[in-house]
Amino acid sequence: MPSGESSPATNLDVNRHLAQFRQMCRIREFEKAAIKAANERLVLGAIHPSIGQEAIAVGVCSNLRRDDIILSTHRGHGHTMAKGADALAMMRELFGRAGGYSQGKGGSMHIADFSVGMLGANGVVAANINIAAGAAHAIRLKGEDRVVVCFFGDGAINRGPFLEGLNWAGVFRLPILFVCEDNGFAATTRTHAMTAGDGPAARAEALGIKAEIVDGNDLFAVDAAARELIGIVRKGTPRFLLARTYRLTGHTSADTAPYRPQEEVAERWLNDPIDNCRGVLERAGVAAAELAAIARGAEDEMRQAYEMARDSAWPARELAYADVQDVGDPREVAF
Amino acid sequence: MPVMTYMEASRQALAEEMRRDPMVWAVGEDLGRGGVFGQYRGLIDEFGADRISDAPISESCILGAAVGAAMMGTRPVVEMRFSDFALCAVDELVNQAAKARYMFGGQTRVPLVVREPIGMWRSSAAQHSQSLEAWYAHIPGLVVAVPATPADNKALLKAAIRCDDPVVYMEHKGLWPLEGEVPAGDVVGEFGKARLVREGGDVTIVSWSAAVHTVAEAAVRLAEEGIDAEVIDLRTLWPWDQGAVLGSVGRTGRLLVVQEAVAVAGFGAEVAAFVAERLHKALKAPVKRLGAPRIPISYAPVLEDEVRVRTEAVVAAARGLVEY
Ligand SMILES: Cc1ncc(C[n+]2csc(CCOP(=O)(O)OP(=O)(O)O)c2C)c(N)n1
Repeated sequence: MPSGESSPATNLDVNRHLAQFRQMCRIREFEKAAIKAANERLVLGAIHPSIGQEAIAVGVCSNLRRDDIILSTHRGHGHTMAKGADALAMMRELFGRAGGYSQGKGGSMHIADFSVGMLGANGVVAANINIAAGAAHAIRLKGEDRVVVCFFGDGAINRGPFLEGLNWAGVFRLPILFVCEDNGFAATTRTHAMTAGDGPAARAEALGIKAEIVDGNDLFAVDAAARELIGIVRKGTPRFLLARTYRLTGHTSADTAPYRPQEEVAERWLNDPIDNCRGVLERAGVAAAELAAIARGAEDEMRQAYEMARDSAWPARELAYADVQDVGDPREVAF
Repeated sequence: MPVMTYMEASRQALAEEMRRDPMVWAVGEDLGRGGVFGQYRGLIDEFGADRISDAPISESCILGAAVGAAMMGTRPVVEMRFSDFALCAVDELVNQAAKARYMFGGQTRVPLVVREPIGMWRSSAAQHSQSLEAWYAHIPGLVVAVPATPADNKALLKAAIRCDDPVVYMEHKGLWPLEGEVPAGDVVGEFGKARLVREGGDVTIVSWSAAVHTVAEAAVRLAEEGIDAEVIDLRTLWPWDQGAVLGSVGRTGRLLVVQEAVAVAGFGAEVAAFVAERLHKALKAPVKRLGAPRIPISYAPVLEDEVRVRTEAVVAAARGLVEY
């Protein structure tokens, strides 16, 4: 697997990449804090860390405008933060506290921030693909120049919405970039063992959607590919990006992943996208101390978010009845 | 008042709403050619192919895309052609549309209408004739409308399109040609408000959709026998007019619920239990449900008719309650 070395290390826009490096560190530290909280039973529902996949979220989202749209999966912390969501509101949501994005009604798998165009994580694999197609459809109907990015895993390509949503995007020529994060696994199963044919990119191409394959652990490669593809998509042509990566943790924070050899995981840690990025920036002349300070800053921020979330109030009980629907009292029959 | 068919009434409602609000658009298979039953006939000429939009045979994407498009501020009217096919999009409707507002903490609304024609349609057999309205009444977040008359099919479709929450809108295939008076102008229905079809003091019969007409017929026969049935058409199953039903049964002391759907775990069970819980002392007879036996719908007319709730059965059940 090529690491940062193969990236175009010349003419780096150092400020841009430092911001991306910072964002990757924030995502990593957010999830480390979330895992700690889950281990302490402070975060109760399942959380699906995206550790090792940060370069994809950041490389793609840093090429989007604030009013562009993303849709995410059960593994959505990275995408959400990369699109500009507030880490504290996310953390509070994981803790199920007041001030969380869904007022504690959603948890990790249902975080959304509509104010930054993040239309929701989703607990149903592949369901976001159809919704993304519809969001792009609305953009086309309204004659806007926004784009939609839909993130999903390699496991999602074996569900019907993959076929239906990609076909839809092709038929209606929608401004949508499909980003498939191939981290090798679908829960505890190696995805290739459950996938017939040549995989995600071949399937997209079969539906007439041009696919590009990129090293998802190389921020610079993802950034360059995303910039080009989003430019094309904005003109009204769907595109597909397959980002190859590896899930460095278990499927959830509670999964120790005994179904794979430790040596394999250890070897993959040598291709950590954050280390790769740090290496490129150092070689481009950024001081190691500056990079370390950025990483430390992210750690401090997320430790604070963890503490503030832990010390936040629970949501008011009455909220259980709010936002169900406008008509019909949800209490009527039950009590 | 102008007279028109049930089908014409909803076509007019959609056209008027699309004229009123440019964000309203319809999507489904074969809409460009007018829809399977002709409910969309002619609309593409006025509104164009972007707003009367032909979709691939992708029920899951039709509904899922409608969710995304609704979140983005448009108001899609989704056509499922037969409610049976909406089962290919259960996740999109039940897990996505119905819950997005709640699980995202009120950050979004999903103003979409899913049109799902229900009911028996001669010799359409087990996969084109179901009445699954009870499934949706069970799901928090959904409105369920089951219009029985042309007037209601216009007024309730308008209400559905203006509703900011997802509405499952179930027209009965057997009612498409039914004619009736429809008030002119912009009459918008109200969810959760039943229609008093007929007044009577001896027994309350609650029904909805096409079964209302069977019940109305039965009430005429019962009157000939000297039994005055009060007939209530619920019009919407969530919300439903609990007050109207309680008030009526409070007066008559007898409740019969009649539905075309399978009786087991149908919406009639909800009405019966609700009334039994609250009016136990006022009841002069046990509450009674009529519905289809728990078997799929057959092809041969003679077998199909076996599951149909007929006028005679309604008459007999009502008489049984009065004579209890
Ligand atoms: C429709 C559906 N089936 C099964 C699951 C359980 N599930 C949650 S995540 C997951 C694996 C998904 O794999 P992939 O799409 O590759 O994403 P990754 O977890 O690798 O990011 C499964 C099977 C689900 N959430 N939804």
